[in-house]
Amino acid sequence: MNTALRLIAIVMLAGLLAACARQTTPEPEPPVAEPPTEQPEPPVTDRIDPRDFTDVRNLDNPDSLLSQRVVYFEFDRSNIRAQFRPIIEAHAAYVRANPSARVILEGHADERGSREYNLALGERRGNAVEEAMEAGRANSSQLEVVSYGEERPVCRNSDDDCWQRNRRVEIVYSAR
Amino acid sequence: MILSTMAKRSIFTALALILLGPGLALAQLRIEIVDGVEGAMPIAIVPFDWRSSEPEPATTVSNIISANLARSGLFEPMAENGMIDRPVQPAEVQFGTWRLLKVDHLVIGQVRDAADGFGYEIEYHLLDVLSGRILLSQAMGVGPGDLRFGAHRISDAIYEALLGAPGAFATRIAYVVASGEGSGDPLYELVVADADGFNEQAVVRNAEPILSPTWSPDARKLAYVSFATGRSNVIVQDLYTGQNEVVSSEPGINGAPAFSPDGRYLAVSLSRSGSPNIWLIDLDGQQSPRQLTRHWSINTEPVFSADGQEVLFTSDRAGRPQIYRIGIDGEGVDRLTFEGRYNAHASLGPEDRMMAVIFSEGNEDYRIAVHDRETGRLSVLSDGRLDESPSFAPNGSMILYAARQDGRGVLAAASVDGRVRQRLVTGAGEVREPAWSPIVGTGLTTSDTTDGR
Repeated sequence: MNTALRLIAIVMLAGLLAACARQTTPEPEPPVAEPPTEQPEPPVTDRIDPRDFTDVRNLDNPDSLLSQRVVYFEFDRSNIRAQFRPIIEAHAAYVRANPSARVILEGHADERGSREYNLALGERRGNAVEEAMEAGRANSSQLEVVSYGEERPVCRNSDDDCWQRNRRVEIVYSAR
Repeated sequence: MILSTMAKRSIFTALALILLGPGLALAQLRIEIVDGVEGAMPIAIVPFDWRSSEPEPATTVSNIISANLARSGLFEPMAENGMIDRPVQPAEVQFGTWRLLKVDHLVIGQVRDAADGFGYEIEYHLLDVLSGRILLSQAMGVGPGDLRFGAHRISDAIYEALLGAPGAFATRIAYVVASGEGSGDPLYELVVADADGFNEQAVVRNAEPILSPTWSPDARKLAYVSFATGRSNVIVQDLYTGQNEVVSSEPGINGAPAFSPDGRYLAVSLSRSGSPNIWLIDLDGQQSPRQLTRHWSINTEPVFSADGQEVLFTSDRAGRPQIYRIGIDGEGVDRLTFEGRYNAHASLGPEDRMMAVIFSEGNEDYRIAVHDRETGRLSVLSDGRLDESPSFAPNGSMILYAARQDGRGVLAAASVDGRVRQRLVTGAGEVREPAWSPIVGTGLTTSDTTDGR
């Protein structure tokens, strides 16, 4: 059997199994209450403290605010909403502690209205994040704002959900 | 009838667009009429007698003229197979026959080799069927590759003779085609085509976004915004030499280019001094860039008035984007739009009387609207949700704009009175950012007499 045939066979088998599985109507799972397990304290030596915003490893640590790098905005607005302040402060702390780090604040807008106006709006959002980071005593020489306006959407449908996700500033480390 | 003529050689062929290389000719752009006017003028373009030693092209001069006039929505050209008679000279016309066919006007003509053997000479006559009068007789010399262009010039002359306003057939349009966006391997092309969709050619290809193409007053150059470096830059591209020059690469935004009417200055929006403001760049390089607006708000999308003495622009200084004007000396800022919550991206019609904008009443639908600057009247022309980038034809007859249809970027056009609508059908990809060229400079000589027999 060649690879293609084998693949088809596997797909068909999987489909068959799925069909079988669907035939039995499963009892609704009772909500399983998570037992409040005490997290055993791991040895202090190799543990990353997710609140240590100076630690480069936290940039990739999903438990750390430093792993969050997108700030979202309201329509035609550039003010920073309260829920994003801690993220920006965490990155400000990182940049302050790591003089070799370089950050590009990429400003974006949703697709509505004029492209050039949206380019300006994206920059205004990037500037708002830059100012907030500077307020967190990040050195401005490590920060740069680049606006892409509506030219680089993360989501391509013309609806509210996509527009919300596209109105954003991405905190991009060009050097850590 | 007097018909004096001399065919000077066309420089148009010599100025053929510089392509990036083979394989860049794109799928044909097709312009379809969606709505025409009630009672469009019936006209017959009789096939021109082909007397050249060269073979006649499959699409003939009369085919091109007929298609142009039909596409305008204002004429109803007769099908060739309905023509009983095919006169070439005015003396051969049996006016009674054409009256019976209910044709108001008749165009006849011939194409022959130029006397010096280089290119062609097109002779044609526009006749009023009811009165039997000759309205227009012309002969023009065209270079070997310029038959299409000659047909566009003739279409312009017929349009003007019958409607009293210049045509815009001998023009081009520029637009951006984006393909593979979101695929990780996007391609952005800056494309130029004749106003009838033929000769579609990519003049710039890039893996990063291209936006805001705009024509120089002589229709030889395009200025546009490129993200090729990862930042916005303003580039001026010469369509005939293929040369391009980065004219603005300041820190921050370099956007929204617009040529001054004399072609010497480029107005741009730069955020080098903080917020985006309008600056004037001297393309001759003799003066350093001059800041025109000084405001903490967004100031972008400049466009010059016809006399070059003022610049219109979009600003949100009052909270929402609206159109303002400022004198070229930096004095006298006035707000021009008050109706609607969103007015942006102004495009001016002939003599600045009409101003097309992106218009929104609130946050929902973005449409193309036209402000009549004399009467103050506002009319909404389009009916999409996300219409943008209005661009006036140089004769003011149509406004070209970008829209979304079934989740895809497309181009459309509407007449200022909303009666004529066109759809521009292209190949694959998202089409956006259209810009209609000024009247393409003459490379042709014409001579005409309008006296009767």
